[in-house]
Amino acid sequence: MDRNYIPVLFLLGIAVLTAVAIIGLSHLVMRSRPTPVKQQPYESGMPPLGDARERFSIKFYMVAMLFIVFDIETVFMIPWAAYYRQLSCAVPLVGGACPAGQISFFGLGEMLVFMAILLAGFVYVWKKGALQWD
Amino acid sequence: MLVEALALSALLFTIGVVGVLTRRNAIIIFMCVELMLNAVNLSFVALSKLYGAAGQVFVVFTMAVAAAEAAVGLAIIIAIFRHQRTVNLQNINLLKG
Amino acid sequence: MIFDLANPSQLMQALGPDLLLIVGAIVLMLWAAWRPESDEHQRAVGRASLALVAATIAMTLWYSTRGMSSNVGVIAVDNFRWATDLICLLGAFGAIALGMEYNVRERILPAESHVLVLFATAGMMILAAARDLMIVFLGIELMSVAIYVLVGLNRRSPKAAEGSLKYFLLGAFATAFLLYGIALIYGSTGSTNLTEIGQRVVAGNFVAHPMMLAGTGLLLVGFGFKVAAAPFHMWAPDVYEGAPTPITAFMATAVKAAAFATFLRVWLEALPGMGDAWFTPIWWLAAVAMFVGNTVALSQRNLKRLLAYSSIAHSGYLLVAVATGTLGGSAAFLFYLVAYTLASYGAFAVVIAVGREGDANNDLSDYEGLWHVRPGLAIAMAVFMLSLMGFPIFGGIGFFGKWYLLMAAIEAPRPLTTLAVVLVLTSVVSAGYYLNVVRVMFMKARPDGAADPERTGSLTRGVVYATAVAILVLGLVPSRVIGWSRAGVPRAPQIQAASVDAPR
Repeated sequence: MDRNYIPVLFLLGIAVLTAVAIIGLSHLVMRSRPTPVKQQPYESGMPPLGDARERFSIKFYMVAMLFIVFDIETVFMIPWAAYYRQLSCAVPLVGGACPAGQISFFGLGEMLVFMAILLAGFVYVWKKGALQWD
Repeated sequence: MLVEALALSALLFTIGVVGVLTRRNAIIIFMCVELMLNAVNLSFVALSKLYGAAGQVFVVFTMAVAAAEAAVGLAIIIAIFRHQRTVNLQNINLLKG
Repeated sequence: MIFDLANPSQLMQALGPDLLLIVGAIVLMLWAAWRPESDEHQRAVGRASLALVAATIAMTLWYSTRGMSSNVGVIAVDNFRWATDLICLLGAFGAIALGMEYNVRERILPAESHVLVLFATAGMMILAAARDLMIVFLGIELMSVAIYVLVGLNRRSPKAAEGSLKYFLLGAFATAFLLYGIALIYGSTGSTNLTEIGQRVVAGNFVAHPMMLAGTGLLLVGFGFKVAAAPFHMWAPDVYEGAPTPITAFMATAVKAAAFATFLRVWLEALPGMGDAWFTPIWWLAAVAMFVGNTVALSQRNLKRLLAYSSIAHSGYLLVAVATGTLGGSAAFLFYLVAYTLASYGAFAVVIAVGREGDANNDLSDYEGLWHVRPGLAIAMAVFMLSLMGFPIFGGIGFFGKWYLLMAAIEAPRPLTTLAVVLVLTSVVSAGYYLNVVRVMFMKARPDGAADPERTGSLTRGVVYATAVAILVLGLVPSRVIGWSRAGVPRAPQIQAASVDAPR
């Protein structure tokens, strides 16, 4: 099984090589003529105003938390999707297909229940005004 | 592979425990708890190679629960920050006795 | 009827009361958000929640009379589950009833406070039903996450925020231990099902298996935190003091009952083959919890903290029942849980009745001469204190609870004589603080200038007197409760699976 990872190592090597090559080449080729303007963090950009670590509005936090909670629920859909064919068949699959007349709505129904619960949570959040920016 | 994975998981779990016991910042303590949970997840994934899918199912549940816990936990930490202006546990000691 | 848990529709039927509560709670959650926060809306949602809990109690009672059982599966269908469900549901009923009036006084507006109690109760019912470590984990988390929020419900109170933070950090820490314990048990036996683990532990001689031992130990630490047994009790006094009083009552009774019931089921069904590996630690946990809880309680002045240490001591008493590892011990456990729940609830209801806005007036000095201004409350509080102490006659059912516990400890195949002696001695010590409360209420004069307690709300009064009467009446007919407890011990699944394959 270790052999399977050789392409990954290859990719890693190429990435490192490219990065080193680009930086090294530009060092070899360029002529250094620094001016105060060029030394700024963003050349020809806006001068930085104040500390970068300022406090954010609590609204960002609300959105981020809601995102995490609803986002992680999709984790349950991946195994469901991978197993959907078996879940939609009342009898074991024959050659990867469901025998005629044996299709069941069990898999779909389960996911609908799951989505309904999520939807209830979403409606709650909406009604509470947590999605309102102002 | 299995032994290495379990050893790594035990090591990560221990780092988490030591972090919880020695750190004083609520957010860092919480991150250490998350590290412990993920160490356990590693164990489950490694073991499911031996015993079948049950371990992987467990990991999915743990992830979902950890996310819910994180949402609630960070909200609680914000609530305490509003009262105390700090999340350092050494300065939070109204309850004593 | 015997449910086939592999069949989805029968699994749903077996979860009937749980599903009723969960669906109802989701509907109420939406209704709670539908109107702006106000006292009227909070009370309306509270009334609906009470109705929902009552309906769930009725359904659970109906289920429990039908003699249902199931095959080996993820959940258990037995009387132990129904008994635990009923204790937790009664706890939820009390918490919501007390909360409706407490919230008005403390100006806690969100109607979600009641809905969160319902969700926590749903978690407890799932815990009571769990026969798979996966379900145990989900139940504990559903319960705990709701309780973390409930503790910090009063957003104006810095104490509540601090209690909530402590409970959250230590609760999450304990959950991680529990989860690692589950992982190691899964790693050594190859199953998360309690019945299968039990069979494989016996068949595979896991008693000296290092992974299994470590898993058992971690599981014990996790449960120890959840039930607040010393030395894992540090969070309990702070959290109990900081939380709103109805939630404190809920945590001291229903949360503890659910966690203990799972604890007992896991030991009885999955790990009886582990022998000394779990017996010795539980023996010590019980002894330390009884000793620490009772001695530290002696120096407490705040009633909520005093009751918190008292609840740690009661964790120790309940652990004695767990340590017996017998069905007689389980019956004593259920009996004691009923007695303890009633007395604790009543005591916290009196604390609410005497308390004032801002969670004030919880000091022992505020109870001085209570007999002269509120004789009813003083008498009821005396009954609760005597019941918690295990005093004969006036302590009602509390005395029989302890008596039955002692009998179970002595009659166990491995008699717990030393533990029984510790139980009796620490109970004598506990008289020092329980009787002190009674003395302060009856013997001391009301201090000059002390304001009378505010008028007690009808729901709070109802909880106080209903629990006091229940304690005394059940104390007259203890044989009834013993009968229920004997019927409620955990039973092995109806059809023993012969096809459980050994770990691959």
